[in-house]
Amino acid sequence: MHTDSYTSALRIENVEKWFGQNSALEAVTIEVRRGDFMVLLGRNGAGKSTLLRVMARIVKPNHGQVEICGMDVRRNPEAARRRLGFVAHSSYLYRHLTARENLRFFTRLYGLEDQEQRVQAALKWVGLEASSDRPIVGFSRGMQQRLAIARATLHDPEILLLDEPFSGLDLEAAELLAAWMKRFAASGKTILMATHDLEHGLEGVNRWVFLDKGRIVEELTGAYTVVRDRYKQFLRERKGELS
Amino acid sequence: MNFLNQTAAILWKDILTEYRTKDALTSMLLFGLLVILMFHFAFEPDSLETEKYGPGLLWMTFVFAGILGMNRAFAGERENDSLQGLMLAPVDWGAIFLGKMLANFLFMLVVETIILLSFTLFFNFDLLHRLSWMVTITLLGTLGFASIGTILAAISMNTRMSDVMLPLLLLPVALPAVIGAVQATAAAFTDPPGEALTFWVKFLVVFNIIFVTLPLLLFEYVLEE
Amino acid sequence: MKSQNSLAILTFVLMLVALYAIFIYAPTERTMGPIGEVQRIFYFHVSSNWTTFLATFFVFLNSILFLMRGTRELDIRAATAAELGTIFGAFGLISGTIWAKPIWGIWWTWDARLTSFFLLWLILIGYQMLRRVVDSPGQRARLSAVFGILAAVDVPIVYMANRWWRTQHPAPVIAGGAGSGLDRQMALTLCITMVAFTVLYFYLWKLRCELERTGDTVEALQRRLQTQGLEVR
Repeated sequence: MHTDSYTSALRIENVEKWFGQNSALEAVTIEVRRGDFMVLLGRNGAGKSTLLRVMARIVKPNHGQVEICGMDVRRNPEAARRRLGFVAHSSYLYRHLTARENLRFFTRLYGLEDQEQRVQAALKWVGLEASSDRPIVGFSRGMQQRLAIARATLHDPEILLLDEPFSGLDLEAAELLAAWMKRFAASGKTILMATHDLEHGLEGVNRWVFLDKGRIVEELTGAYTVVRDRYKQFLRERKGELS
Repeated sequence: MNFLNQTAAILWKDILTEYRTKDALTSMLLFGLLVILMFHFAFEPDSLETEKYGPGLLWMTFVFAGILGMNRAFAGERENDSLQGLMLAPVDWGAIFLGKMLANFLFMLVVETIILLSFTLFFNFDLLHRLSWMVTITLLGTLGFASIGTILAAISMNTRMSDVMLPLLLLPVALPAVIGAVQATAAAFTDPPGEALTFWVKFLVVFNIIFVTLPLLLFEYVLEE
Repeated sequence: MKSQNSLAILTFVLMLVALYAIFIYAPTERTMGPIGEVQRIFYFHVSSNWTTFLATFFVFLNSILFLMRGTRELDIRAATAAELGTIFGAFGLISGTIWAKPIWGIWWTWDARLTSFFLLWLILIGYQMLRRVVDSPGQRARLSAVFGILAAVDVPIVYMANRWWRTQHPAPVIAGGAGSGLDRQMALTLCITMVAFTVLYFYLWKLRCELERTGDTVEALQRRLQTQGLEVR
């Protein structure tokens, strides 16, 4: 996988998305530079998830441009998605297949080389080598999450998009995810995370964006404690409003 | 090439899953055999009438069994939101459609083969007589049906009454395929088969071209949000 | 509002003209004896059928446009066209039956036209059912647009398939093609009625779309009220 030179990892310009009568995103423009670790904060329904999904191109915006590593997503959705790793609350795994079969399927789907080696390495990294050949229906939640993380990293993505990734994780899986994110950020790659959780995985965040009612309301760069207090205030100001 | 690889990967995954659970195949098969039984009691065709009613009964059985298995394609992707996992992958969404459609097609063929043999057994259907035609007609009829069924299953999956919506939408749209297949089957069993046979086979080919291409093109609109 | 009023007046006038033509101007069908007057329902029947096809075409057109552009307006147009198509279709089916029974002695025959028309009607109902069972408005619009396109492409194929099937298995046909051997006055009456029905269709369509848009506005206002009502100052 070649890494070409690009400065802008994710760029969306004037993006609007409405669902029927509801406006989910309104004139959102934001650029995530290469190497940034950006966190999106906001209430439920503020548009954080929608924004991530517009970037991953599983939601098509009604208006506006989306670029990933300089590529127009509309022209080349496949190449754009190849650069992305997406981790959400769901594991995207297949219950009746074994861990190995699951990973094999994804390496095949992603058109990766050295499939068997990658699968083996991934299983080893998340500590599931021993249970790799039984259907994952018997896996504990923590084991499933670990496999989900393995799945997300199979193709060495440049950019990580995370949508409330820590919700429902047990401690072991949460630590694994946080460790991986840290390493990912340290190697100069880009992370964009939407979250409610102000406890996990926030080491190395350099930009904080507050979203409300489909708009970017505020952006902060600064110490975690300052941002945390400001966010709490932000929520208090909007307490009682429907989003 | 990529596209074919992706299609193959999805097809294989669906086959593997079905092999593990055998949910769809067993229910389709069981249902097919029950339908044959019902038909026997409803119509009591003796061997003379088999020629007359056989093609219709055969395809009705295929259709009912097929509808039962059609939902499998996307019901299985609901868990763990794996459909979204597929959408997030760098795949052409058309490959998702094609992979699932071919899986549906394959499963229907397996069930249809067994049902055909049952028909031969229970109703003294002289199958070997026109085997190559029967194979052609079955392949053509099933392909169009599977294609329309797959996209409509994707549509129905998003609705409240998904199990009910699928047949409601599928039966009218797939009707020409059923007409063509029944007529071609009936023609195959008359001696001599005559032009009707080649006519209806050509009709099925054209129908398939339209109704494999159109769903393929429209599929991405069903998936996106 | 103004254009709606002139359309309403036009519709009214045309329907009056059509009614006059049907009941007074058109000659009584001679060959059918004393019940020949029943034949007049034929004008309503054919016009209703025509309008149903027109409606289906608009479902098709607006569905394609919607997938291309994604505006709510196009969705409204497709959905309302389907509604009107169902109503005119029902009218067509019923009037056809009423016409057929006294004259041909049968309520129904499975000839190519009737069968495919019946199927079209069922498809339009299916389309509306689909809309009813999808909760999210964006999805509802998209899914029904896809189904609308598939169904609309299918309808002519169903008709052709039925026709070819019927050449092999002939059955009684109710009223050979429309307009076959119609005397001039009747043909003129039919034309007038079809035009009147077409204008009626557009008028009703316009009204129904307007109603739908108003509904959207009301919903939006309701939501705004809710939001403001709960804001703590």
